[in-house]
Amino acid sequence: MQNYSIASLIRHGLNKHTGWSRAWRSPPIKDSYDVIVIGAGGHGLATAYHLAKEHGITNVAVLERGWLGGGNIARNTVTIRSNYMRDASIPFYVKSVEMYENLTRALNFNLMHSKRTMVDVVQTYPKMRELRRRQLTMDIYGSTYEQISEPELRRRIPALTGGGPNSRLPIIGGMVHTDAGVNRHDAVAWGYARAIDSMGVEIHQQTAVQSLMRNSNGAIEGVETNRGTIRAKKVAVAVSGHTTTLTETAGLTLPLRTMNLTAFVSEPIKPLVDVVVNCPDSGFYFSQSDKGELVIGGAPDPGQSFRRDIKQHVFEDTVTAMLSLFPSFKKLKLMRQWGGHLDIAHDASPIMDETDVSGLFITAGWWGGYKAIPAGGLTLAHLIATGQRHPLMAQFSLDRFRHLDYIMESGTTTAR
Amino acid sequence: MLNIPCPFCGQRNESEFAYGGPVKPDRPQPDKVSNDQWVDYLTQVPNPLGPVEERWWHVKGCGTWLTIWRDTRTHDIVEEPGDAG
Repeated sequence: MQNYSIASLIRHGLNKHTGWSRAWRSPPIKDSYDVIVIGAGGHGLATAYHLAKEHGITNVAVLERGWLGGGNIARNTVTIRSNYMRDASIPFYVKSVEMYENLTRALNFNLMHSKRTMVDVVQTYPKMRELRRRQLTMDIYGSTYEQISEPELRRRIPALTGGGPNSRLPIIGGMVHTDAGVNRHDAVAWGYARAIDSMGVEIHQQTAVQSLMRNSNGAIEGVETNRGTIRAKKVAVAVSGHTTTLTETAGLTLPLRTMNLTAFVSEPIKPLVDVVVNCPDSGFYFSQSDKGELVIGGAPDPGQSFRRDIKQHVFEDTVTAMLSLFPSFKKLKLMRQWGGHLDIAHDASPIMDETDVSGLFITAGWWGGYKAIPAGGLTLAHLIATGQRHPLMAQFSLDRFRHLDYIMESGTTTAR
Repeated sequence: MLNIPCPFCGQRNESEFAYGGPVKPDRPQPDKVSNDQWVDYLTQVPNPLGPVEERWWHVKGCGTWLTIWRDTRTHDIVEEPGDAG
């Protein structure tokens, strides 16, 4: 792997930048691998990374229907945080945030990580009580959460001029989560891809898995793709919204439904907001990107949806809610709007497990899975390589549905 | 925005409706099925890439519940409610 550094930048600059090599190969596809990972998104790439790095399993193919980093890793709002509710969730996300902070160095790829704090704008007492309760649990696991007054909130976010005493939902205070940050989503995909490629893992783009194959014993045998049959004794499904579509081809049903979540981006403006602003009572959140655009996330579409655009009225409702708190944003032009489809279990916690089909692993139910990429890859790779559940993901099992032992999570976007 | 055909009110905007979720199989008698079947009934939801049968409540209109088949890839309503209710 060509090392990226200031020295290499100068050296290649002197040669008119003609000496750079490709960041990853496009090798010919083989008939069989030790492990197939379906989906070259964040979780798929991170799983392959940890399989190769910690467990030395490099005979791995990552199969991607579209192009690398073109799925939900390109469609999220890059918010990285660990302010969750449940004992099962918080240490997992604390670990993930910590891994993200060191990932630029580990991957030798600049993720432009910006640990810039998230501030919640709270407009109802039930929400304030819930966040204070989260604070108490988060304290146990070393995640930060702190209440601030309304004047302090307005001092920190000068653009927050709505929500006054005469509005329908006056602002009553805020919560500050200093561990939160944002980074560059393309860099995460490309950084992981470059790292796994250098360790011998193969990435095959434009390779759509059409069905999963089982042998006579019922165990997984491989996958059928548009480029032919590929065999492996272990297959990991990391395809977000299409998890059930794929597992149904192996006769497996899962407690997941696929929904559509909204995001849109404003025109670039001068630096205005230096934190991630989350308004749970109004149902939107945003941060300002390095380019100056406001990256705004909104509410989910209620019904099941495999679409990648957004419904006009969901979009309008989000904009209306935002303008009630940030009236000055009315002048902004919106540049792009999009949706992503992702699957969710009804307790809103992820599922990472080996399924009833021996050798078939899933990582699914991610709702805000971008922040979970490093820890998700670490723990799923541990399960695939050793057969043992990593302690951090111990409770995110399929078994919990069998025992009706849910991890009801209120810290996800959908439950806001 | 969906344009949902209400059997009483005709085509109405989705914003008048509350989503009632996908139609699940009939509720089994808990004492007549195994634990696994009971848990499946409680936890499994139809999640088709294509038409899904779902319930909507015309809460800001006439108040009726209705059932449509909607394609999850296109939002096209491929089958309208037959009768009222």
